Amino acid sequence: MSLLGGAGATHACVLFLMHREAGASRACMSVDTATVRKIASLARIRIDDAQAEALVPELNNILGWIEQLGEVDVTGVEPMTAVIPNHLRLRDDVVTDGNVRDKVLANAPQAEHGFFTVPKVIE
Amino acid sequence: MSELTDLGIAAIRDGVRAGDFTAREVAEGFISAVAAAKPLNAFLVETPDHALAAADAADKARADGAPMGGMAGVPIGMKDLFCTEGVATTAASGILDGFVPQYESTVSANLWAAGAGMLGKLNMDQFAMGSSNETSAFGNVISPWRRKDGGNAPLAPGGSSGGSSAAVSARLCPGATGTDTGGSIRQPAAFVGISGIKPTYGRCSRWGTVAFASSLDQAGPMARDVRDCAIMLGAMAGFDVKDATSLELPVPDWEARLSGDLKGKRIGIPREYRVDGMPDDIEALWERGIAWLKDAGAEIVEVSLPHTKYALPTYYIIAPAEASSNLARYDGVRYGLRDLPEGAGLQDMYAATRAAGFGAEVQRRIMIGTYVLSAGFYDAYFTQAQKVRTLIARDFDDAWKSCDLLLTPTAPSAAFALGEKSADPLAMYLNDVFTVPSSLAGLPAMSVPGGLDADGLPLGLQIIGPALDEQGVLNAGLAIEERAGFTARPGKWW
Repeated sequence: MSLLGGAGATHACVLFLMHREAGASRACMSVDTATVRKIASLARIRIDDAQAEALVPELNNILGWIEQLGEVDVTGVEPMTAVIPNHLRLRDDVVTDGNVRDKVLANAPQAEHGFFTVPKVIE
Repeated sequence: MSELTDLGIAAIRDGVRAGDFTAREVAEGFISAVAAAKPLNAFLVETPDHALAAADAADKARADGAPMGGMAGVPIGMKDLFCTEGVATTAASGILDGFVPQYESTVSANLWAAGAGMLGKLNMDQFAMGSSNETSAFGNVISPWRRKDGGNAPLAPGGSSGGSSAAVSARLCPGATGTDTGGSIRQPAAFVGISGIKPTYGRCSRWGTVAFASSLDQAGPMARDVRDCAIMLGAMAGFDVKDATSLELPVPDWEARLSGDLKGKRIGIPREYRVDGMPDDIEALWERGIAWLKDAGAEIVEVSLPHTKYALPTYYIIAPAEASSNLARYDGVRYGLRDLPEGAGLQDMYAATRAAGFGAEVQRRIMIGTYVLSAGFYDAYFTQAQKVRTLIARDFDDAWKSCDLLLTPTAPSAAFALGEKSADPLAMYLNDVFTVPSSLAGLPAMSVPGGLDADGLPLGLQIIGPALDEQGVLNAGLAIEERAGFTARPGKWW
């Protein structure tokens, strides 16, 4: 499941970026029911119309609050990628686990013939 | 054997070694206490056999003159975020209904190797998302504390480690594991009058711990006092090849170097933590804490952490973003719940399963995270937050030029009533205002009890230290503990 792809840049976002560059502290981003349905679809969470309606003000309340970050001057600041300086280790290129098929499948809601089972995806 | 349940980790360890009592007697005492405390709803699963087996092993080791681990004979509670082999683990979510791990988390395995036993799995906020334990799929944990107004309103034990805080405070276990992503060890510890430390990011392996926000999640102990925290953290921590962010460093003997003498130490008081509307009780507590640390020999200096006000909004971009990615794995295929509507295809099954299995707050955070990571918004939200996070960490680096540790309140209020904040996500998020900045910077931080408010409820003081200086944090915690003389405990009503 990809949670990253899908949503195209919207008019609101472009405005937001323009405002930021102009130094405005309040951004203009907000979601509507169509956007909420789109987010829910990307997140693979089924919601009905009533839930979508209810989520609009909830999400806008939170998004309106986090948008204050737009006022911070981050010129020349690198995004944090590691909170404590550390190096990625390399290990020997050897097999360290495996041969545990039954354990892997033990919690599957449905498993047959040593495989996870899902609804038919190809007609 | 009820008096044995009044003992902490050090006293149990020492008493078992000295032969004052057996580990089995200790385990039986706590098992009875757990069984009699159902109204608190702190335990999701009880595992008396695990506790008794570890106790018997400790007693046998003593009888044989064999080496005994640092936690030998000590039964503990295990937050349900840690995978425990053969014991149901749900992270208090319906989506992990029926999940029985086939492996043991590194932190829990380390504790068993040190001789500890498990009394059971502790309730929590679902996927550790919450500050009151009200998002659990298995009901609220009720704090053992009550206001002294006689109203008996059920109070929040804090969150997300609310089962852990309630259980330790109610003497159902001498110590419990917690995890802290934005304050989930420290705030619940403060709410119930116990101690808890979040170590430096990377001290405790995250392997086998259900992931919430991987760049923030850290395990740590919750216990009655600072010494017990030092002992238990020593047993939990350590390098683990199975966690790429695990720090390849030896585990210091924190207990052996405990000292409440702070001569030569400079304690910073961050001026930005004096937030508007802070209750007088919290202000007074902070002033008392300052006086205690002065009395311990420390010098007090005012410092500035200018980006403090941006820590919470930064956190509420980064944590949901990481959560939306981490929680993508719950798809109804490999483990946990599957909701397959009649005639549904694979995509419908994913969506139905996740709608049925995730609670409202988890869904809300996944949606926020999905949105801030989506194409077109990624830079405006997520990259911006990662940059502000750099600035927040830099604030601390600058502060360490003029002080060795920071002292702040742990939370902006005492425990609130269940239901009081649950209708407004933002009001709930604001509870973490003092704990989130150090989480974003990966720093060790601990809460110790500082006294009671006018309602008779515990208040906590937080000490924050530079990366890897758990010792400094624990020592300042001890200095406060020695002067606060906090002996209050909840009256037993359950």
